[in-house]
Amino acid sequence: MSGHLDIVQAGPGLSLQDLGRPGFRAQGLTIGGAADPVALYEGAAILGQSANLAALEMAGSGGAFRVSVDMRIALTGAEMAANIDGDPLIWNASYLLPAGATLTIGGARNGSYGYLHVGGGFDTSPQMGSRSSHLSAGLGRALQAGDSLPLGQDGTGQTGMTLTPVTRFGGGAVRVVASMQTASFSPDTRDRFTQTEFVRDARANRMGVRMDQPGEGFTTEGQLTIVSEVIVPGDIQITGDGAPFVLMYECQTTGGYPRIGTVIPCDLPRVAQAQTGAAIRFEFVEMAEAIALQTRFLAELKALPSKVTPLVRDPANIRDLLGYQLISGAVSAQANPFEEEN
Amino acid sequence: MSDWPQIRTVGLSGILVSFADKMSEPANRAALAFRAAVDAADWPEVAETSTSLISVFLQVDLAQAAPEGVIEKLRDLLAQANWLDAPLPAGRTLWHVPTVYGTDLAPQLEEAAEAAGVDPDTAIRELSTSRVRVLTIGFAPGQPYMGELSETWNIPRQQALTKSVPAGALVVAIRQLIIFTNASPTGWRHIGQTAFRTFRPEAKQPFALSPGDELVFPSVTQAELAKIRAKDISGNGGASAEALT
Repeated sequence: MSGHLDIVQAGPGLSLQDLGRPGFRAQGLTIGGAADPVALYEGAAILGQSANLAALEMAGSGGAFRVSVDMRIALTGAEMAANIDGDPLIWNASYLLPAGATLTIGGARNGSYGYLHVGGGFDTSPQMGSRSSHLSAGLGRALQAGDSLPLGQDGTGQTGMTLTPVTRFGGGAVRVVASMQTASFSPDTRDRFTQTEFVRDARANRMGVRMDQPGEGFTTEGQLTIVSEVIVPGDIQITGDGAPFVLMYECQTTGGYPRIGTVIPCDLPRVAQAQTGAAIRFEFVEMAEAIALQTRFLAELKALPSKVTPLVRDPANIRDLLGYQLISGAVSAQANPFEEEN
Repeated sequence: MSDWPQIRTVGLSGILVSFADKMSEPANRAALAFRAAVDAADWPEVAETSTSLISVFLQVDLAQAAPEGVIEKLRDLLAQANWLDAPLPAGRTLWHVPTVYGTDLAPQLEEAAEAAGVDPDTAIRELSTSRVRVLTIGFAPGQPYMGELSETWNIPRQQALTKSVPAGALVVAIRQLIIFTNASPTGWRHIGQTAFRTFRPEAKQPFALSPGDELVFPSVTQAELAKIRAKDISGNGGASAEALT
């Protein structure tokens, strides 16, 4: 069996992503990968498979998809309106997508990046050890209507499973540690930075997220003369106009703008998923606390598979009825089961 | 003992060892040599290493490995040599990359020459015979920052950005050269055009250059570059490579 997923319709920011491509920083290539890696762990837990498998990342809105063989799917990340042939789906859950049926995924209702996972993952050829598209490096590309992705081999996993997502949607407090150039900002500037309520700007992509605020910009002495230095995901770069940019996994490897601090990795998904207009506040924590928070977060990710539960079976749930009839083989995927009853 | 080298944590992602606060040849050489020493030490907590102009970055998950332990090992290693006097690491390559200077392929040669205070012929003679080193790779995959050119070429970036220079463009500012990986806007002046591809994602060795490699950009005519482009499938753009020992 070698199935494939056809993209019938594509939103503007559709790409294949996994946990990224480490090991090439010295050659100018950042890790890239999913903007919200937590979603990859959640999808993997729901489908009972490895988080290293690639999934479809949907920035802002999804698209329409069809598979050539019956396929298990799961939906995670930013919640989006979704249905299979018109029957609505609950987010953060797994389903059987029958061959030939159309899965339609609309705009994000809460969050920025939604993910479509398939049982067994996508079986495209890895490039330099990863299947993720690194759009800013010109490695891979955004997916379009008409594209077809090969599907991996799925085990005999379950569907109809769900998971309460890790808390990270709607903005909020983001913890930051001091970084290389934090001390070059005056204490007053740092105080004002942590007291300011920022709004996630519309200028945001897989490379970075701009933070907006009504007051004057944040500056440091000698801002334009800093020697170009390594960038890590989470660095908060203060650009020429004084606006903070939180750099994401697809950022450049080096940069000459000063960094006021670095978002700790466990809070970076909160920045990625903050939708345009969401309020964000930055809070400095000591290194020891940051390490404790990150350690707890890694344990939470590891425990995700144990948190998966069956979707509550409601006899009125149309999706379930349709699935049941399909398993019995009584109707084809294209037929409307309710027509026969009339 | 001066304030340098400095050791600092970088978020929870790793540790940075800096040899100076601005670009200098000894600090860049120290970074290259020290990175080679860290790689040779092969510490289990270090996932990868990289250099920028004057520093070495060690990628370490600081939530899994306490920074203090790594910093202590770094101090010991730093004490083992005067890194500013260290020789360049072994295994480097010297490249000769055919380049068209000026013409409509590289329209800012004359402007750059004027900024440097030399006539265009002198500019081409100097640029095409200068041997530069890859100081660091960054910004885009495989994209080299090379230097240092003579003080003549200590020219500032232009105020306004050029909307786009093509891949393979050779640009100059602040005694450094860059070969662009992808078409990109830039404040550096476009003085030469090569057919050299710095990033070849489909190749077994996707990155043509490494920090420490050296390059010369001999002048060729537009016709010669067109001929090179027509038959080159390697991405080398007619460049030749020899091992440096």
